[in-house]
Amino acid sequence: MKATLIVRRYDPESGKPPYDQTYTVAVGESEVVLDALIKIREEQDGSLALRCSCRSAICGSCAMNMNGHPGLACKTKVAALSPHGEPVQVGPGGNLPVIKDLVVDMGPFWSKVRQVTPWLRPGAPPPANEEYRVPNERMLDLSGMMACIMCGACVMACTVLEAEQGQGGKPDEGFLGPAALAKALRFVGDPRDGTSRERLEALMGGGGIWDCTHCFECVQRCPKGVAPMDRILELRRRAVDAGFTDHNGVRHAQAFVDSIRKHGQLDENYLARKSVTFGELFQMMPVALRMLLAGKMPPMFPHNLPGDSREDVKRIFEAMEEEKPA
Amino acid sequence: MKFAWFPGCVSRGACRELYASVKAVAPILGLELTEMTEAACTGAGVISEHSPGVADALNARTFAMAQKMGLPVMNNCSTCMGVMAGVQARLGGDGTALGRVNGVLKAEALEYKPPVRVTNFLWVLVEDVGLEKLKSLVKRPLRGVRLGPFYGCYILRPEANLGFGEKPERGKYLEQVIAACGGDPVDYEGKDKCCGFPILTMNRKNSLSMAGDHLLEARGNGAHGLVTPCPLCHLNLDAQQPDAAKVKGQRIDLPILHLPQLVGLALGLEPKDLGLGKHIVSTRPLLDRAGVGG
Repeated sequence: MKATLIVRRYDPESGKPPYDQTYTVAVGESEVVLDALIKIREEQDGSLALRCSCRSAICGSCAMNMNGHPGLACKTKVAALSPHGEPVQVGPGGNLPVIKDLVVDMGPFWSKVRQVTPWLRPGAPPPANEEYRVPNERMLDLSGMMACIMCGACVMACTVLEAEQGQGGKPDEGFLGPAALAKALRFVGDPRDGTSRERLEALMGGGGIWDCTHCFECVQRCPKGVAPMDRILELRRRAVDAGFTDHNGVRHAQAFVDSIRKHGQLDENYLARKSVTFGELFQMMPVALRMLLAGKMPPMFPHNLPGDSREDVKRIFEAMEEEKPA
Repeated sequence: MKFAWFPGCVSRGACRELYASVKAVAPILGLELTEMTEAACTGAGVISEHSPGVADALNARTFAMAQKMGLPVMNNCSTCMGVMAGVQARLGGDGTALGRVNGVLKAEALEYKPPVRVTNFLWVLVEDVGLEKLKSLVKRPLRGVRLGPFYGCYILRPEANLGFGEKPERGKYLEQVIAACGGDPVDYEGKDKCCGFPILTMNRKNSLSMAGDHLLEARGNGAHGLVTPCPLCHLNLDAQQPDAAKVKGQRIDLPILHLPQLVGLALGLEPKDLGLGKHIVSTRPLLDRAGVGG
C-alpha cells in the first residue's frame, strides 16, 4: 500500500522554525513506521535525521511521536496507524530538546535516571565465599522494572513534564518522571540494597513520587509493559509504610481512606480540609466561597450508605487492608 | 435498556447538577435506571494506592450487587469507569484474588462471578441508545455551537482494560455525540490529556497549569465550551478555572458542560432542570449561542 507520512522537520542550524514535510512511500502490510522512514531516507531524502539501531524493540533508540503519541517506530505498524490510508503524523518525542528532525537529546533523561542512584548499595558484604542469595520470587517482583529498555517513551508522554516545561521548566529539572521513578523502585525493592529508607526519603520531596498525576499515559505508551505509574504508586505505598507521612499526598490519601472507611462514600469537605496543611486552608477559601455562591458546596452531611452497608464496608477494610501485594 | 446506576460520590456532592441531569435525560433516552444506593465508592484510584485488596473488594461488592439485580452497571464518571475496569481486569484473570474477595463478601450473601458488564453514560449513548436514535430525539440542535471534548484519563487508558480492542472508536465517542446533538466538535491536543485534578493539593501550580493549558488551547481553536464525561475533570476545569486563569496570567471564561447536560439541552430540556446555573464559569454565553432562553 501507499502510505503518506507527514514528518515534523527541524534543523536548529538552519535558523528556520519547525515545519511539516509530506512523503509518500510504498509499505507492506506488516511494515513498521521505522521501515517507512528508512525508505524515505534512503530513496527520497537523505537529509532526514532519525535514530535507530536494532529494529527489534530492544535497543530503545527509535522512540518518537506517531499520530501524537510516543512509541517505538520499529514496533508500530503503519497499517495500525492508518487503517484506511489516512496520513500518519510523525514527529520527535515530547519533553526532550530536539537535536534535529526526529532525534531528541536524551541527556535530560539520563540525568534524571542518575538522580535516583540506579545501582545497588548493598546493606552488608556478601556471605563469605558466596555471592548474595536472593529468593527467586523477590527478584521476579523486580523483573517488570528490569524490562525497561530506557527508550524514553514514558517521559515523552508524561503530562506532568509537559505542564512543567509549558511553564518554562527545564527538561533536566522538576519531576523525575516515570522512567527514573520505575528504576528507583527496582532498587528500593531489591532485598540486597541497604538504603531503601534513604531512597524513599529522597523521593518524598518536590519532583518525586507525589508529583505524578495518575494519567496512565506512561502505562499506555511503554512498549515493554513496565507500567511506570503503577511503580510510582507502589513507591508511595512503601514510603508511607516506612513512616514518611509529612506530605499533602499522604494527608490526601489518608483522609480519602478514612472517609470511605467511615461513610462508604466520599466526604468531599472533609477530604478538602484534611488534604492540606493549616496554612494552605486559607488558599482554598476563594474556591470554597465561589462554590458556596454557585450552590456547588458539597453537602455538610454527605451522602451516607445505609447502616448495613456501612458495616459491610468496614468488614471489607478489616479483612483486606493488611493484605499487601506480593 | 435497564441499568444498575452507579452515580458515584462527586455527582452526589460537589457536582449535583450531574446527578440531576443524568436523571433528567434517562427517561427520554429510554434508559431505566435503578440507583445503587448501597454501593460504596470505587476508591478513585486512591484506595488502591493504599490497599489494592480493599479497592478490589469494594468494587467486587458493587459488581455482585448488580449481578443480583440482573443488570449491567452504568456509571457517569470517567474515574469510576477506569477504576471499575481495572478491578474487572485484576479479578478476571486471578482465581486466588477473586476467591479472597468472595470470601469477604460471603458475610453479606454476595458473590462476584466474572464477567460483569460495566459501562458508562458516554458508552451507553453510542453503544446502547445509538447515535441515529439520539439524533432522532434531538429537539434543539446546537447549531453553530463549537464544543471541545474532554475525556478524562481513566476512560481512555490503559486501553487494554477498557475494551478498545473490540471498540476502537471509544476514543471518538464524545466528538460523535457532540455532532449528533447538532454541535461542531473542536479538535485540540489536550482533549485526551490530564485535567490536573489528582495533584491539586500536592502540586497546585502544575495542576492548575494543566487545566489552564487545555482550556486555552481549546479556546484558541475556537471552542465556545468543553464537554466532559468526568466530574473530577469538571471540578478542575470549571470550579478551579478562575485560579487556572491566574496561573496562566489571562482570562479564560470557557463554560464546561457535563455530558448529560449537553444531551439534555439537545433533547430540549430547560437549563434549570440540568443544573446549568450551578457552575462557576457561567454557561450563559454558550446557552445564548445555542438559542436557549430562561
